[in-house]
Amino acid sequence: MTQKAHTAAGWSREQMAARAAQDIPDGSYVNLGIGIPELVAQFVPEGRVFIYHTENGLLGMGPPPPPGSEDPELINAGKKPVTTVPGASFFHHADSFTMIRGGHIDVCVLGAMQVSASGDLANWSTGAPDAIPAVGGAMDLVAGVDSIFVITKHVAKTGEPKIVESCTYPLTGRGVVSRIYTDLAVIDVTPRGLRLLELAPGMSLEEVRRKTGAPLQTTS
Amino acid sequence: MIDKTIGTPAEAVSCIGDGAVVMIGGFGEAGSPVELVHALIDQGTGNLTAINNNTGNGEVGLAALIGNGQVRKMICSYPRSSHSKLFPDRYRAGEIELELVPQGTLAERIRAGGAGIPAFYTPTAVGTPLAEGKEVRQLDGHPYLLERWLKADFALVRCETADRVGNLTYNKTARNFGPLMCMAAKTTIVQARRVVEPGEIDPEHVVTPGIFVDRIVEVPEPLHESRLVAEGRRYP
Repeated sequence: MTQKAHTAAGWSREQMAARAAQDIPDGSYVNLGIGIPELVAQFVPEGRVFIYHTENGLLGMGPPPPPGSEDPELINAGKKPVTTVPGASFFHHADSFTMIRGGHIDVCVLGAMQVSASGDLANWSTGAPDAIPAVGGAMDLVAGVDSIFVITKHVAKTGEPKIVESCTYPLTGRGVVSRIYTDLAVIDVTPRGLRLLELAPGMSLEEVRRKTGAPLQTTS
Repeated sequence: MIDKTIGTPAEAVSCIGDGAVVMIGGFGEAGSPVELVHALIDQGTGNLTAINNNTGNGEVGLAALIGNGQVRKMICSYPRSSHSKLFPDRYRAGEIELELVPQGTLAERIRAGGAGIPAFYTPTAVGTPLAEGKEVRQLDGHPYLLERWLKADFALVRCETADRVGNLTYNKTARNFGPLMCMAAKTTIVQARRVVEPGEIDPEHVVTPGIFVDRIVEVPEPLHESRLVAEGRRYP
């Protein structure tokens, strides 16, 4: 595993991705969002195979091609060049979102601006008046995939909690998030609120609670 | 024998008039019918409603069509691009209307348009700002949004191989919206990298059946937007 230098205690981007990968069952059909979620593919646990779906129309996505062999007609949802693995298939957008909306994709890992105690997700727009709103496939993914994992820094750059009682940014979906992986902790979203599953090394419950904008339980 | 081929992109798009609703295939640059869009820019057709997942790259293709002031309204899911300011500038200046649609809903609305289904219920976007003003109905204990079909006067689509009767195959992830848009437009105009005789595409391998295609123009070496953008090219 690559270790990135980080000043504060807690998990690095790579460690968050690796931690999330441990919770994905062998043989899962997986859709990874842009950013830290993409790193999950580098940390597939020994002995497991994940099949990657990219919503622009490919199941069985492989790693990026070596420089010089990119194909502009073989890209992922982030519009980056990719490859195919043996057993891959191409399909049009209605079939691709049938896989998503129809509940055929097992796990989706996404980034977040905010997650609420009841699993609401905001990850597409700040709602600022001059922002160009752009949603892509995020609302379809959260509406259709059973296990929505969120990987995010625990607090925003401003220090504000990203895990909140109720989202202030425009929602992507209501009650959709299953589990949250941050640099400080792993948290489950349950019908009775947020439940701490695991603390990052060197992290205290008190500090995580202070940086979380909603009550955090420690027992099931 | 039916022969849907036409000589040049300019001839192929000559039937498109001001005010038309035009679906444009492609996800990013993959499947973008660049030559057909450039012919539409040359022709100067205006007041268009354009339907595409994005709003184009750099200053070529769809981005150039928007930059040239030919698009009145854009229907898309993701109008941001790291390397084009043409849509954002016009949008902020209030010069172009935007209908933002979740990507899967966009695909299904186009599919429904081609399939003769005027509306459908979907779980996508329930409880979000994109549900505002839309009917919500409880079905089997869950809320769903009513979404309407999308149809167009014209579709511009890029494919890999076409036969003269309009059967199409695509290349990798360039397929994306192509097969759906071919079904949802009154007139579908296709640019094909290769045109072959009927029978040369195995019927088992046809992705878009010829009934959905009206005009075909062969463009053997189509431009790739990322290369044009990297070279700093601008159209016209």
